[in-house]
This record gives sequence, C-alpha cells and structure tokens, in this order.
Amino acid sequence: MSAFVGKYADELIKTAKYIATPGKGILAADESTGTIGKRFSSINVENIESNRQALRELLFTSPGALPCLSGVILFEETLYQKTSDGKPFVEFLQENGVIPGIKVDKGVVDLAGTNGETTTQGLDSLGARCQEYYKAGARFAKWRAVLKIGATEPSELSIQENAKGLARYAIICQENGLVPIVEPEVLTDGSHDIKKCAAVTETVLSAVYKALNDHHVLLEGTLLKPNMVTPGSDSAKVAPEVIAEYTVIALRRTVPPAVPGIVFLSGGQSEEEATQNLNAMNKLELLKPWTLTFSFGRALQQSTLKAWGGKKENVAKAQATFLVRCKANSDATLGKYVAGASGDSAASESLFVKGYSY
Amino acid sequence: MASFTSKYADELIANAAYIGTPGKGILAADESTGTIGKRLSSINVENVESNRRALRELLFTTSGALPCLSGVILFEETLYQKSSKGTPFVDILKEGGVLPGIKVDKGTVSLPGTNGETTTQGLDGLGERCKKYYEAGARFAKWRAVLKIGPNEPSELAIRENAYGLARYAAICQENGLVPIVEPEILVDGSHDIQKCAEATERVLAACYKALSDHHVMLEGTLLKPNMVTPGSESGKVAPEVVAEYTVRALQRTVPAAVPAVVFLSGGQSEEEATRNLNAMNQLKTKKPWSLSFSFGRALQQSTLKTWGGKEENVKKAQEAFLVRCKANSEATLGVYKGDAQLGEGAAESLHVKDYKY
Repeated sequence: MSAFVGKYADELIKTAKYIATPGKGILAADESTGTIGKRFSSINVENIESNRQALRELLFTSPGALPCLSGVILFEETLYQKTSDGKPFVEFLQENGVIPGIKVDKGVVDLAGTNGETTTQGLDSLGARCQEYYKAGARFAKWRAVLKIGATEPSELSIQENAKGLARYAIICQENGLVPIVEPEVLTDGSHDIKKCAAVTETVLSAVYKALNDHHVLLEGTLLKPNMVTPGSDSAKVAPEVIAEYTVIALRRTVPPAVPGIVFLSGGQSEEEATQNLNAMNKLELLKPWTLTFSFGRALQQSTLKAWGGKKENVAKAQATFLVRCKANSDATLGKYVAGASGDSAASESLFVKGYSY
Repeated sequence: MASFTSKYADELIANAAYIGTPGKGILAADESTGTIGKRLSSINVENVESNRRALRELLFTTSGALPCLSGVILFEETLYQKSSKGTPFVDILKEGGVLPGIKVDKGTVSLPGTNGETTTQGLDGLGERCKKYYEAGARFAKWRAVLKIGPNEPSELAIRENAYGLARYAAICQENGLVPIVEPEILVDGSHDIQKCAEATERVLAACYKALSDHHVMLEGTLLKPNMVTPGSESGKVAPEVVAEYTVRALQRTVPAAVPAVVFLSGGQSEEEATRNLNAMNQLKTKKPWSLSFSFGRALQQSTLKTWGGKEENVKKAQEAFLVRCKANSEATLGVYKGDAQLGEGAAESLHVKDYKY
C-alpha cells in the first residue's frame, strides 16, 4: 500500500476527522517550561509548577470554553498534571469531548553552513515516547519545523531536511496511535511581500507532501498546521480578505483533499487579527476540501494571561476573557465572526516577537 | 511566484475549467499515422490520408455528439485538415463549442539499465511548435508518459524521469497558451492486484505534482489524464464500485484541489467498462474537488469503427453508434448512466493489447 495502514488506522482517521469538526479548533497550550517562563515574567508571575498548573486549570475549566475546542496540545509536564480537585487534566478534557495532544519535538538546532536556518530534533526513541503518551491518554501529537524567508532562504537543504523530519515524525506517530499534526512554519520575519510568502509556502508544502508520500504516511489520519500567507512583519498589513485568498489558493495548490483539516498557527498575529483572517478564509467562495480551523497559542491566551496576572481573585474574569476568544474563533471556523464583538484592547495587540524561539 | 504567471494565465484557467464542464469530456482522436493504421487495418481500410480524414469527419459531424464533448485531441495532420465541404476541422469543432487540442509528444524511448521502462521525448523545439499550434487554433495539448508495474517497476528513475518530462512539457505549454493535459499512464499489463496498482498510482502522481510545483506550473491551468486504478490485465476483474473507490482515494491523496478536472484514459478497457467505471466514480459520495470526466480514444471509437468499416454507406449507422457512446459517457460524468446504452458491436469487447504501443 502506498499509505501504511497499521492497527491504529481507523482510530487515526476518526480522531483526525473529529479534531477538524467545523465549529471547533485546538488550544495550543504546549509551551515548554522555558517558554511559559517568558509569558509568566511578562505578567510578573513566578515560573513554578503550581503556577503552570494553575494557568492550565484556569483555561480548561473555563465555563463554556471546551465545547469550542476539539483538542488541546499539552507539554509533557501538563499531560501528567491534575486539577485542584485531583482529577487528571487528561480525563477532564476527555470527559468534555476534547482530545488531549502532546508536543513531541525537542526544539530546533542550527543547520551548519546555512544563514541561520534550522532543523528540528526529537526522532530518537520517538516511537517509545509516543507509546507512553498514548497510554497516558494522548491521541494526537505536534512537531514544529521552522523555515524563514530571506534572500536565499529557505534553502533547498532546509526544505528537504525539515520535510523529511516531519515525515519521519508523522509515520512514527501513526505506528503508535497518535494523529500527527504536521507543522511547517514559515516565519513572518522580514520585509517581503505577500506574494513571496505565498511562493515560499507553496514550495514548502509541496515538499512536505512529497515527503509524507515517500514515507507512506496515511494522509486521512493527519492534520496540517501551516502559517497563514501574509506580508512580512516589516511590510505593510493587508486586509483579511487578501490573506484569505492567498492562503486558500496556496493550500488548494498543495494540500491533497485526503487531509481532513487544516489548523492554522497564529504566529505573531494579534488575537483579533488571527480570528478575522480565519473568518475571512471560511467566508471565501472557493472550493475547500478540508476544514479550516485554528490551533492557536498566543492568539487564544494573550488577553486571558493579562486578565489573570497570576491572581486567584482574577480567575473568573480571566476565564470570561478566554471564553470570548474561544467563541470568536469557533465562529470564525464557520465564517460567522462579527468583528469588534469583544472590544478588548488587548485582543488587538500584536504578538509578534522578532526571531521568536519557543 | 511559486507558479509562473504566463500572459495566457486567465485564458488557461478558463479553458481548463471549460474542459471539465460536467456532462462533457474529451474525444482522444490523436492517433498517430502509424497507430491509426493499426485501427484501419483491423477493419480492412487502407491507411491513406483521405481515409484518415474521412474517419475524423465522421466523428466530428455526428449530429448531437459535439454537445457531449468539451475537447478533441488531434494529431498534427488532422489539425490542418478540412471536411469534405472545405471547412477546417478546427472551425467545425469551435463552432460546436469544442476546444481543439494537439498531441505534442514524440513517443517513448527506452531507459537503458531498466527492465523495459521508457521515457517520453518531444521537448526539443516544443515552445515553437506550441506557438504554431496555438495559431492554428489549438488551445490544449497532450503528452503521454508511460510507466509499468513489475517486481521492481516503476523504478525511482522511471518515475522521476517521466515526472520531469511532464513538468517541462507543462511549463512550456503554459508559456505558449496551451492547457497541458498531464498524462502519466501506468499500464494495466500484469498479474498484480488492485492494491498494487493503487500504490503505484499514488507514488507516481505524488512525484508528478512535486515536479509540477518545482517547475512553477500553474495547476489551475492544467488537467490530469491518469489511468483508473484497476487490477492488472491478468487478474480477476472487480466491480465498478471497487474501481471507483480505489481510484478516487488515490486522487484524494495526491491531486491538489487547484486542478479543475481529471479526464481518465481508458487503457484497454471495453467501451462499456470504461463508462461504468466513470459512472461509479461520479456516484461515489466522498470528497471530489475536481470534476471526473473522460478522455477516451478506443473506448469511444471502437464500435463506431467496426460499424463504419470504411464504407460511405455505413457512415450514418456508425455515427449513431458514436453518439450512443458519447451520450453514455456524458451521463457517466454526472453519475446518471443506467447501463442501458444499446451496445454497438464490440462495445463490450476488451480493448486490451499487451504492452500497447501507440
């Protein structure tokens, strides 16, 4: 068979399809200990386990939020944490129709001889780790590959190397019952225009799907987490409708219909921008054979973090803020979002950090 | 730009979309002089220009046939021929709402060191030839790459070489205003099962779309002409629904939604088989972002040829037989063929010739 059909095939297909349910999306809450530390320091909160647990509990127990979500990506530590009532987070999520996922890559390392390009590590013993995560309740995984746009970037080496890493990761996941989210992020950093981003995104995605085919990955049991197609961070902004058109055209040219869902990353976009762009894509009258939804980290949590500030007395307010973003993005997956509904200034704040490393 | 923007871009997109109009398909009437000779000799007709012209006139002037067609592929000689009344064939077709197309490849040659695998030639001076054909009224082109299934076939070399040839041909066509039909035919010869055919088809198509992306071909201005996914010629037949399932799944896994239409070749299938299989595909309830139609040669002309036998007095009856197949296939593109086409003589006859050479 061109695609590997192992013992988990039916389950993978079902899980991937569920995650892609219109009206739902993914909360990316898989910040590593180091990364969540940066978020905490921006709101003057100490980076200790209890605070990390408190934040995730705040998010997961927000009234009304979980119905907007089909999955949550977790960092390893969180996979084994519990609510203050003693219930494992994983169980809590499952009971509320949300599938737990797990970040499995081990960050990026430089590609020697390139101009600051990287590859992602994490393949060693990945199979064994996936088995453990499956036992702990995870049913999907995430691996982030990073590419950049420059005068001679992304280089052929970087594209081939990252595509291959994603393909090996994907097939190992499928061997062990986890739906692989394939994430080839093309960073927004730069002064290039939207056409350049489109060209690079199409080239990268084409290489990714060739690699997935070479490695016998079952596309019906995968998800794609790409960047939206936008101008570079140093270039002028464009309307959501323009982003929607370039993005959907790029996907139509490269992503086979067998892929059930595309779950966008938000990159450095503000909460409001990300939602409006997703909404515009779902309103676009172009044939789209996969659902278009979200897998947002910062773009779901930014204003919630600010509202919380680490203080117990702010939890309810923070949860209400979180619900607003969840609902907004749920509406956006259906093309029903009405801009300005939230009116929160924090929601419009750009989350772009130059050369962002997780 | 990931895809190169030809000055003909809008026209290419419009023509490709038109060819994929539901209810219509392509008549492949591009048999080379040598090949048409074999057909004519099977009905005891001399292979002279006037007979070749008479056959094509018979087909193109069949009352009611042209509305079932969106395109006709011609051999170079035919592009410049006229009806007995002196009307250029190209004009007859255009007036009937049918786009003229042109076969531009120059046949296959062996790949040394392989077990009988081939590559296709015809790239030299192709740009100039395309310009001339465009001036003569052609608006699309066809190039046939051939692969086979065996213990070690198709080899990586054969796949890459043929994919490369198709991509170069496609880019050159688009530079010169012709919509390229991309035809990577995997021969049905062999005793393999349908799974093996599916695997080979998926591998080959994935390589084709990677090559097309590498060569900056604009997918919205192309068409795909693949084999259906079937068991080998020496294996047991399967139901049309099974052919449909495997074929459409293979396409879902490899053909981006930007491609407007898939126009199947009939290979060695009988007229009736080919129609039923196409019909089953269009009845299948699954994601199909491209229209599924026909580009049949033998499977449209076989019984017509037999009925004609080269005799003027048989023209009317032969035209009736041709209309029956045109209508049947038109219905099949809509999934409404009831299998009740009056079978002309030979309509159920297999047209498989081992290791068929055009």
